[in-house]
Amino acid sequence: MIRFEGVQRQFGAVMALAGLDLEIQDGELIALLGPSGCGKTTALRILGGFDYPTAGRVLVDDVDVTNVPPNKRDMGMVFQAYSLFPNMDVRTNVAFGLRMRQQDKARRLKRANELLELVGLTPVADRYPHQLSGGQQQRVAIARALAIEPKVLLLDEPLSALDARVRMQLRAEIRSLQQRLKITTLFVTHDQSEALSIADRVGVMQAGRLEQLDTPENVYRHPATAFTAEFVGAMNRLPGRIGDAGDVQVLGQRLTVLNPEGREAGAPVEALLRPEAFVALPDAAGAGEVTQRTFLGASVRLVVTLDGGQTVLVESSSHDAAAVGARVGLRILAGAVAVADPGVAPDPEAVPLTAV
Amino acid sequence: MSAVGGGGLGGVGAGAFLAELEEQPAPQQTTRRRGRPRIWRVVILTAAVIFFLGPLVASAKYSLIQQNGKYGFSNYSQILSNGDLRRSLFTSLEIAGLTAFIVVSLMLPTVVLVRLRMPKLTLLLEGVTILPIVVPPIVIASGLAQLQGSAPSWMISLWFNHPLTALTPIYVVLAMPFSYRAIDTGVRAIDLRTLVDASRSLGASWFSTMIRVILPNVETAVLGAAFLTIALCLGEVVIATIMLYITLPVELIQVGASNPGVSVGLSLISILFVFLLLFLLSFLAGRRRGSTSVRVI
Amino acid sequence: MLPFTVYILIFLGLPLYEVVHGAFTTDAGQFTWHNFSTIFSESQYWNPLKNSLILSAWTASVGAFFGTWLAAAVVAGKPGGMLRRVVSSGSGVLAYFAGVPLAFAFIATLGRSSTAGGGVLTGLLKHIGVDLYAHGFNIASMFGVGLAYVYFQIPLMVILITPALEGLRPQWHEAAQSLGASRVRYLRHVAVPVMAPAFIGSLLILFGNAFSAYATALALVGAAIPLVPASINDAINGNVLVNQDRIALALGVEMILVVMIIMVGYWLVQRRARRWLQ
Repeated sequence: MIRFEGVQRQFGAVMALAGLDLEIQDGELIALLGPSGCGKTTALRILGGFDYPTAGRVLVDDVDVTNVPPNKRDMGMVFQAYSLFPNMDVRTNVAFGLRMRQQDKARRLKRANELLELVGLTPVADRYPHQLSGGQQQRVAIARALAIEPKVLLLDEPLSALDARVRMQLRAEIRSLQQRLKITTLFVTHDQSEALSIADRVGVMQAGRLEQLDTPENVYRHPATAFTAEFVGAMNRLPGRIGDAGDVQVLGQRLTVLNPEGREAGAPVEALLRPEAFVALPDAAGAGEVTQRTFLGASVRLVVTLDGGQTVLVESSSHDAAAVGARVGLRILAGAVAVADPGVAPDPEAVPLTAV
Repeated sequence: MSAVGGGGLGGVGAGAFLAELEEQPAPQQTTRRRGRPRIWRVVILTAAVIFFLGPLVASAKYSLIQQNGKYGFSNYSQILSNGDLRRSLFTSLEIAGLTAFIVVSLMLPTVVLVRLRMPKLTLLLEGVTILPIVVPPIVIASGLAQLQGSAPSWMISLWFNHPLTALTPIYVVLAMPFSYRAIDTGVRAIDLRTLVDASRSLGASWFSTMIRVILPNVETAVLGAAFLTIALCLGEVVIATIMLYITLPVELIQVGASNPGVSVGLSLISILFVFLLLFLLSFLAGRRRGSTSVRVI
Repeated sequence: MLPFTVYILIFLGLPLYEVVHGAFTTDAGQFTWHNFSTIFSESQYWNPLKNSLILSAWTASVGAFFGTWLAAAVVAGKPGGMLRRVVSSGSGVLAYFAGVPLAFAFIATLGRSSTAGGGVLTGLLKHIGVDLYAHGFNIASMFGVGLAYVYFQIPLMVILITPALEGLRPQWHEAAQSLGASRVRYLRHVAVPVMAPAFIGSLLILFGNAFSAYATALALVGAAIPLVPASINDAINGNVLVNQDRIALALGVEMILVVMIIMVGYWLVQRRARRWLQ
């Protein structure tokens, strides 16, 4: 089990990590998700030993490893790109960690071959890195990291440099490998669909802080802070006004407010609603008009422009989605909603709330 | 200053230096050091400073000791008072200026043309410009001496009579390897095709395009090539000596036999001068890299 | 393109032609191997060749060794910082500045202390009791010339090897560490093998550089130094024996051959280096 205790990392005036407390259970895959500069890579590098915290400590199975150099930690690392040794062929690359552990040649090569088979690269075992495609290189990098049977697997945006199709494929492979080997993994990414699809738990980070750590479903459906709400998945902001009963009037519907603290009756706010929280029904006297329609296969994304100029992103099944130019009325499926101050970026200190 | 102390191969270094100026800086690596500055770096850098600045400092001290044993600047004023020295300086400057001009006028259009019209010839061009490196200057000198000995009189009067006409063409050849490299890198860095098409479509002639559009945008490269060419000419001593022409460095050696203080002092100035030029050039290059706008006169 | 080719043909081609043609002919104009057989059989010409090769070899090695360390020390610093800028310009200048100024700078530093002022360092050392010249040291000797060569070989190496050093990706070191390698093992298994082609290539350039050089030696020692360029000089100017021009040309061809071999070696090595460091 891995534990970050109050880990802080400061670079001059910049606080890259502002006190991280995180526990990773054995065999679980945690994805750290966030925009660039949020501290996710810093956290990973501190765990790997390539950086050191200015405060706090890191424990692996209750052993303080904060000051242990990277080559003494039992961790496999996969970088975003360029990490294969150019002067060695694929097999030798994969066997490198074993060589460092003084295993004899026969055993090393056998194990390397095993891993190459695991990642499906046996045919290219004798090639050199510059002869491989990006996806193949990353597979080799993964094989190499796993060869030493590390306690922990660290992945630093491993798929970001690859093209979309390869990314999807490799994403699934990494997850299935990880589950098969039951290896504790920390996966850093800025791509939320990646994080949501492969992780056991997702840690959303911003400005050096962990905003929320929960299962992908919970992070999506029950964002703990407004930042998480807007970063993960798309989010609409609709103007409304706080009513007398602590509710809010949005698009003619009355909804319960989940975070009413400090808001008075009559105060203007913006309600946060996901695209799939709406239904767009054809209505000649409806509130808006469909100005864009994007066919995504199973679903359709509509941009509905209301009479006031406001645009709303609506996602619905492709069966009954309206066409461009059609007049529609919007109905909100949610009963309760989180609100934010109009025009202001979501308050990161927002009190935890749950929405439907 | 003898740029050709190491044959043209030293020029490869100079060319590489200029090329480095023009190229975009490498993307930032995210290496975070584990704390204290490494000792080995400090040791190495200190040793380097001592080793390289030492002789220069010694030169300064040495040059300030006059013939009469006291400290003073008489060694430096010799450049003005000593007739032979002064003449050789002017000769060298003339040659340097003319050479630099010819080098740029020859290389820039050629590089531009090859890139635009005949890209297949690039390899050939590269190979040809590398050629002067393979022939050590002393060998070129011997060939020239042989030529001079057996040349018809018209050739002698046209070519070999005066150092300006004799040495300039040869120096142009010597300057080719690194000036090609520098100018080529500079031309690669701009969007040549687009600029030329735009200029031509607006009615400019080739000559106009070259001077007003292309040239301003490869400033640093051209200046760099010109500076190093000048350095080369002011310092080339092997060919000049063999062919018995009196240029500045030749005269400095002459003077050095009887009054080394003068030679040491003047040599020092020349080193510092070129260093200053290149140092400033690196700032100019940095500034240009920052701006993405295209310049037109 | 045309004026360019014409120009090259005349001003490089002609002298070259003279050299090659003259080396293979007698004064009467007939083809002969005589010039070459002379330079390869007589010790008068073998000696300078040996000296040139030895001098080039050791100055190249010393220059390559220290140059790499210096380049590594600089590369480890901030890119774009003042240190980089200074070293970059400085190396550009020094690498290119062999010859007259260098020779005189060394005379000023290590020259015999008896002449006007004398070498500054020589004088300093004399003060603390170390008399260099009494111990047989002389700046105007092969060793002295070599020392001066090293002065420009090191900066040249810095210029040549820096791109390769910068090409060493930090991910390699970190990956190696994550796989259990110490710094030393990383150097041995990854950094050194990857740098090897670039290093050898640069070493070859340094060798060729020293071999072709003459200006520094000329300014330091004069025409008496036993190196190949000096032999050519002698032969042309009839210093030792008269009518030796053709020998000079044959020596010239010899020099060209050596440099060509080096350049071919360099090209081969570069190909390998480029493939890996993509």
